Amino acid sequence: MPPRKASNTRLPARRTAARAAKSGPALAPLDLDLVRELSNAAGVSGDEGAVRRLILEAIRPYAAEARVDALGNVLAVKPAARGRQAPRVLVAAHMDEVGLMIVDHDSDGALRFELVGGVNERMLLGKPVWVGPRRLPGVIGAAPVHLVSAERRRAVTRLGQMRIDIGAGSQEAARRQVALGERATFATEFDLLDGVFRGKALDDRLGCAALVALLRGGPYPVTLHAAFTVQEEVGLRGARVAGYALAPDAALALDCTPAQDLPDSRGRENTQYNARLGHGPVVYRADRRAIADHRLVEHLAATAEANGLPYQYRQPGGGGTDAGALQQARAGVPVASVSVPARYLHGPAALARAADAEQTLRLLQLALAGWTASVLKRP
Amino acid sequence: MQALIRRLTESYGPSGSEDQIRDVVRGEIRGLADYVTIDPLGNLIAVVKKKAKSGKKIMLAAHLDEVGFVVSHIDAQGFARVQLFGGVNPLACVGSRVRFADGRLGVIGIEARRDDLTKVPAVNELYIDVGATNAADCPLRLGDAAGFWRPMELAGRRLIAKSLDDRIGVAILIETLRSLKQTPHEVAFVFSVQEEVGTRGAGAAAFGLEADVGLAVDVTRAGDTPNGPRMEVRLGGGPAIKVRDARMIADPRVRELLEQRAREAGLATQREVLEGGSTDAAAMQIARGGMPAGAIAVPTRYIHTPSEMVELGDVQACVALLTRFLQRPIEL
Repeated sequence: MPPRKASNTRLPARRTAARAAKSGPALAPLDLDLVRELSNAAGVSGDEGAVRRLILEAIRPYAAEARVDALGNVLAVKPAARGRQAPRVLVAAHMDEVGLMIVDHDSDGALRFELVGGVNERMLLGKPVWVGPRRLPGVIGAAPVHLVSAERRRAVTRLGQMRIDIGAGSQEAARRQVALGERATFATEFDLLDGVFRGKALDDRLGCAALVALLRGGPYPVTLHAAFTVQEEVGLRGARVAGYALAPDAALALDCTPAQDLPDSRGRENTQYNARLGHGPVVYRADRRAIADHRLVEHLAATAEANGLPYQYRQPGGGGTDAGALQQARAGVPVASVSVPARYLHGPAALARAADAEQTLRLLQLALAGWTASVLKRP
Repeated sequence: MQALIRRLTESYGPSGSEDQIRDVVRGEIRGLADYVTIDPLGNLIAVVKKKAKSGKKIMLAAHLDEVGFVVSHIDAQGFARVQLFGGVNPLACVGSRVRFADGRLGVIGIEARRDDLTKVPAVNELYIDVGATNAADCPLRLGDAAGFWRPMELAGRRLIAKSLDDRIGVAILIETLRSLKQTPHEVAFVFSVQEEVGTRGAGAAAFGLEADVGLAVDVTRAGDTPNGPRMEVRLGGGPAIKVRDARMIADPRVRELLEQRAREAGLATQREVLEGGSTDAAAMQIARGGMPAGAIAVPTRYIHTPSEMVELGDVQACVALLTRFLQRPIEL
């Protein structure tokens, strides 16, 4: 467990309801400084404290109530513009990122590690990492090439052959620096150039930043429950309890999804791209964990079309978002997911387009702003 | 009952797209229950209210959804690539016809030049052809779902149809609701969604209903085919009472009470020990603080293919058993 104290802080509500009722909800922009801070922060599943602190700070003046629940989820509320009867809509974005966990100190001071969440081990070799809460610089190393047989040189280097090297000269020195169970993340500084984000953990810090903007804007015709969740990458664990606690009328997961839209290596048509960069927000209809509620998908698609926003449907298939857990909360919750497309997720550096992230935020804002009782009406 | 089974099995309703089959069922049960609701996930719930103080609250579940296909890509020639909803064997697919929500038909084809023609095809080697000539005139979109398409046929005393899993359970629930003249119990007839992708509807419904006892009515495999699955269950042997499956052990008291009620009525039953697969009862059993749960299964051949087969006598015996179960006291 990360060192953390549960808190339950009530924060002053912002009195913007009167203005919004006349002119529609305020649509706050994506905060690029916050995207940078969130991407650079370390928050491997189960150790989301640094990300949580940034988010609590960012939403403090804007949410009527913000609390940290027993598992570490940040749950914040934005009351509806008017009426206690307003539908309660939960939007979830996960704070955690995939990464590495230190599991042993070798006799020479190198650190053995395991994967947390779905990290592709082929991406690890030679990468710089930050280890532990003090962000010690380390390198993922393996035996140098001249000490490896010709046969092994061509083979994939497996996890068990790699170590994190922090330059410690002995087991004792390594133990003084790093405790077992501490996490490591890729040492990638966020960069923004010409409308392109490059950084680690864009999955799902882009979603977190968009959810912060949703709280900063509004109010909407719905009561917005924002859940910044923990432990999504290891099995949607935070969302499961957030869904139980909040029991909303509908829930949307705001996430990041792989764009595998590069050409097929055999020159055939790429039929398994999942999503495409630059084609706007990615709306899910089905993944391994949930089939999206048709009414919500229709509302999202109609909102995009009415406002001239691009959108794309994600290829149905594997994977899952917090929506999978939220759907199963209590007596059931209608769910849908919207993601920002990004390349090279779950690796040292992901690539996303600012326009996709901004349009994803805009789609969510407009979908909440245009929410009426007819959204969940059955034909 | 055959006409009802025809209407149900010839309706469209892959997992997550149960609107059409739900409307059909809602029409069939109009006026039969004290009240009817649709819950947040789309489960249709018909409740017969409690008539006696000693009565229990019983949840019955049969799932509306059928296995199917979901469009994952439209290629340049207008063919739809697919993923599966539920456990469909690609061997059962090639040459089959499928139907989309708007009634549009398609045929399932397979890539001819595969690496190893002796192997069971992979899903990504299948495609659906709806007669489009290129991507632009293909009317499908990513995420559109299709089910198998076949009309029901009669073969002697047996029925052949698509989606008998679990429209036969739905038919049994509807017929039981019709024949249930008096019961001391409060009975919730749940027509559930999304069973084939992980019993998602029934778990949520069970949380909402908080019943004392739960029963799923579903299909089970039959071992009476050439070199068939190693299973005692056979067509014509009567309702199969669940002992266990891959995800649950049926409450033995529920199983015994069902067997006792069958004996009293002179109905033959079989015991079901299923190694793969499960039913809504698995999710119901662990909802909230848990409930005693069991299942009645209709012996069925060729499950999850366009041509599933059941025997009418087994189906009628299930209605008789379930009706008797609900009319008598339920003390575990």
